[in-house]
Amino acid sequence: MSDFPLLSAVTFAPLLGAVFIFLFVKGGQDKKGKHAQRIAFLASLATLALSFLMLNRFNPADTGFQFVERFVWIPSFNIAYIKGVDGISVWFVMIAAILTPLSILSAMGSVKTRVKEFMIAILVLESMMIGMFTSLDFILFYVFFEGVLLPMFLIIGVWGGEKRVYAAYKFFLYTFLGSVLMLIAIIAMALHLGTTDMTAMMGGKFPKEMAVWLWLAFFASFAVKTPMWPFHTWLPYAHVEAPTAGSVILAGVLLKMGAYGFIRICIQMLPEASRHFAPMMIGLSLVGIVYASLVALAQTDMKKLIAYSSVAHMGYVTLGIFSFTRQGFDGAMLVVLSHSFVAAATFLCVGVAYDRLHTREISRYGGMATNMPRYALVFMLFTLASIGLPGTSGFVGEFLSLQGAYLVNGWFAALAVLGMILGAAYMLWLYRRLFYGELIKEDVRRMPDLNKRELAMFAPLLALVLWIGIYPATFRNVYAQSLEKALGEIQGVGHD
Amino acid sequence: MRKVWKRRWGKFRGLGMINPQSLLITLPEIEIAVFGLITLLAAAFCGARVTRHIGVLAIISFALAGFTLFCHLRLHFLLNGRLPVFAFGTQFVDDGFARFVKAIILVASSLSLLLSWSYFEKDGSERPEYPVLILFATLGMMLMASACDMLSLYVGLELQSLALYVLAAFRRDDARSSEAGVKYFVLGALSSGILLYGISLLYGFAGTTDFASLSFALRGQVQATPGIVVGMVFVCAALAFKVSGAPFHMWTPDVYEGSPTPVTAFFASAPKLAALALFTRFVLEPMSGLTAQGHQAILFISVASMLWGAFAGVAQTDLKRLLAYSSIANVGYLLIGLLVGGKTGVQAILIYFTIYALGTLGAFAVILCLRRGGKAASSLADLSGLSRTHPLVSLAMSVLMFSLAGIPPLAGFFGKYFLFLAAVQTGWLPLAIIGVLSSVVTAYYYLRIVKVMYVDESASPLDPLPDWGVRFVLGLSSLAVVGITLMPSPLVDEALRAARGFLG
Repeated sequence: MSDFPLLSAVTFAPLLGAVFIFLFVKGGQDKKGKHAQRIAFLASLATLALSFLMLNRFNPADTGFQFVERFVWIPSFNIAYIKGVDGISVWFVMIAAILTPLSILSAMGSVKTRVKEFMIAILVLESMMIGMFTSLDFILFYVFFEGVLLPMFLIIGVWGGEKRVYAAYKFFLYTFLGSVLMLIAIIAMALHLGTTDMTAMMGGKFPKEMAVWLWLAFFASFAVKTPMWPFHTWLPYAHVEAPTAGSVILAGVLLKMGAYGFIRICIQMLPEASRHFAPMMIGLSLVGIVYASLVALAQTDMKKLIAYSSVAHMGYVTLGIFSFTRQGFDGAMLVVLSHSFVAAATFLCVGVAYDRLHTREISRYGGMATNMPRYALVFMLFTLASIGLPGTSGFVGEFLSLQGAYLVNGWFAALAVLGMILGAAYMLWLYRRLFYGELIKEDVRRMPDLNKRELAMFAPLLALVLWIGIYPATFRNVYAQSLEKALGEIQGVGHD
Repeated sequence: MRKVWKRRWGKFRGLGMINPQSLLITLPEIEIAVFGLITLLAAAFCGARVTRHIGVLAIISFALAGFTLFCHLRLHFLLNGRLPVFAFGTQFVDDGFARFVKAIILVASSLSLLLSWSYFEKDGSERPEYPVLILFATLGMMLMASACDMLSLYVGLELQSLALYVLAAFRRDDARSSEAGVKYFVLGALSSGILLYGISLLYGFAGTTDFASLSFALRGQVQATPGIVVGMVFVCAALAFKVSGAPFHMWTPDVYEGSPTPVTAFFASAPKLAALALFTRFVLEPMSGLTAQGHQAILFISVASMLWGAFAGVAQTDLKRLLAYSSIANVGYLLIGLLVGGKTGVQAILIYFTIYALGTLGAFAVILCLRRGGKAASSLADLSGLSRTHPLVSLAMSVLMFSLAGIPPLAGFFGKYFLFLAAVQTGWLPLAIIGVLSSVVTAYYYLRIVKVMYVDESASPLDPLPDWGVRFVLGLSSLAVVGITLMPSPLVDEALRAARGFLG
């Protein structure tokens, strides 16, 4: 273990960038905005470099937490600053570190007002997200978990679309309501064990009656965050109104915080209660998958369509986790990875069209394959990945997740497959409406194809999507041992 | 038993002559009283042109009193507890709790004086009595923090209240300020009457006014007599009026809105803490034997304040009114600490209040920044577009609002965390759940302030920022909130020490 506090560096590098921008860049128009953009981009790249260093030094064979840092924070309440990652959280950190520079790239083209403030908000957001995935003290975890809300509230509320204020409130109050209940659960757990160290809480140390209530409190928080049907109603609004960069982070990272919470807290700390509630979770996941897919079919707004598809895809994550099978767990992790990149990419794709025509109405477009061939190709690839075509990232995860569901009950898998079919329907239909047909609309004809900045935005995502699709072992090797341990813990708990 | 006897003996000895030790213990209060009298004479003879000087003198006296408090602390430490804690019999107690509360009161009073630095001058109603009244109100509050007898409790409370009634009506030319003063005075007098009636009932049935003897007399009883219960409820109601807990909160929104803004800032910080300290001492000392009856009353006030403060605040369009409802809700949370009792409860109250006072003083500083064409503005819409014209002010305001809402990572979260931790620890889980749920509702109106600043377009340009006093308070409070966020430990430890000092 090296002495360098790598995880703190990864966590606070973006914050440092934000402070730098705040202090040294004057908030003006045009030229000053460029400075802020560049500094923010550099800061996020530095974070990415640091997190690659972390991934490189990570030892997959070790199932414990690595790069652990420990400082006493509030000694009289036994609260400490503890950081550490295992094979699971290391990927969540990577997702945040990869998507932030890309969203800043996209914001360079689309955010025209208050550029400086936007860059500060997005860097603070990155800090909070990474901080949350690397925290091993429950209070620290909660602080970062909630800290995400503030910058996101501002990103949606200030730079969003027409109904941004409503969307921002809804986003904030929904998630806040969920997480205050989590706070009570954290307090109860801390009092039960006398510490807020998360590693000390793992392995089912809570009596069953208590665990059930704790689990429900955490469920309130994570189900809203993930989001699971029927707690998803904030998501379409937040996604539609958020600026593209905000949607990318929202779909790519914020939703994954729910999944992370389910794995880290519900599964690892409250395994018995998780078993108890597994039928409900599987039920909600299945309903979510089918319902969200059907609703997506009916959308006329591009962003709303993709927002509902996110709900469906996250359904596969919870389905996989709560099948308690190796395949299901594996599938959930891979869907998390895949959906982060694919959803980010599809939102970026929508953003490209939106930047040019400033509308999200699907019917306003059409025939773009003729004048924007590169855009059409990129969009096609991500559409296929979203559908889950073999060879793309979407396939591996959803296949494994389905397999996990099948091992529990064949009907579950059958229902979940329906979601995949519907997914193909709404995504391909969207593609047809956007890119095929006659190019008759004058303003659509005048839209330029992707520029270099936009290509630079899509290239790494495309590479990642194909990489996961073709050789998922690269990713799997890192988290396999940690996930196996979590699986062992939950399988060790007897059935009711 | 022996302890009580000893105290009583001390009381009789104290009645005969003034004990030099008592003078030493009450030195901070004596200093403020002397300064108050000097400035009163100066104000009477020199008139409005010395207002500034009197203000400076008042702040110096606060600093001096603070320094004396610090010396007391060292003295207690050096003499290792041999310095007596009681003065004038058992009228006055100088324990860690009182010192902590007094320190916060002194800081809050100084900051609210700074807030008024040029406020009255701009409105042409500058009068030298203002700092003098603040001085006497602070003296009353310090007595309240140390009151250990029903009589000193009443004297301290009245000294503070009388000064506050005048402060509320300080702008005589303004109808709303006068209305606020009258309203506050009439209702305040009513509550004082109820308090006095409660005290006399307690005295009649328990035979003493001293807190320790009262506690002793009440603990021995198996069944509390109705007279004692009624007396206690009367005292609780009067104190709930002073801390503005629902359903005794009616005066708060009107008085907050009508009073001049620096006065409102003062109301929301120091007097509230003094009354709360008094409430805490009253509930945890004389009433400790009557928890079953006392808890019912406080539980009701706490829940009603949390819910009413949260839901009624949602509809407000005036910032000062909104902060009044916010203070009602916060009193609801603070009373949870009172119900919890014990070291953890008192510690949680002190932490929570310190952070709340910082947040609320800073918020009033922001309201003082809002002036259009020389006239003070305080509606929510006046904040619109503030982030464009005054980015730093709006950033500070957002930090304070998020802190008040209790959203991590800001300091307000720690205040709520320790409070709810204490509540869950002692089995008040339902109360903690009501607390967090109502805090979601309050988050809505704090967020609305942030939204108005960042999202709405500004109507017309604001006047340039006021003098350094307001800016200093705003900067200090927001930096302190950030500082507590990063390093909560010193505050937490100090509060624990204070709570230990209180309960032995």
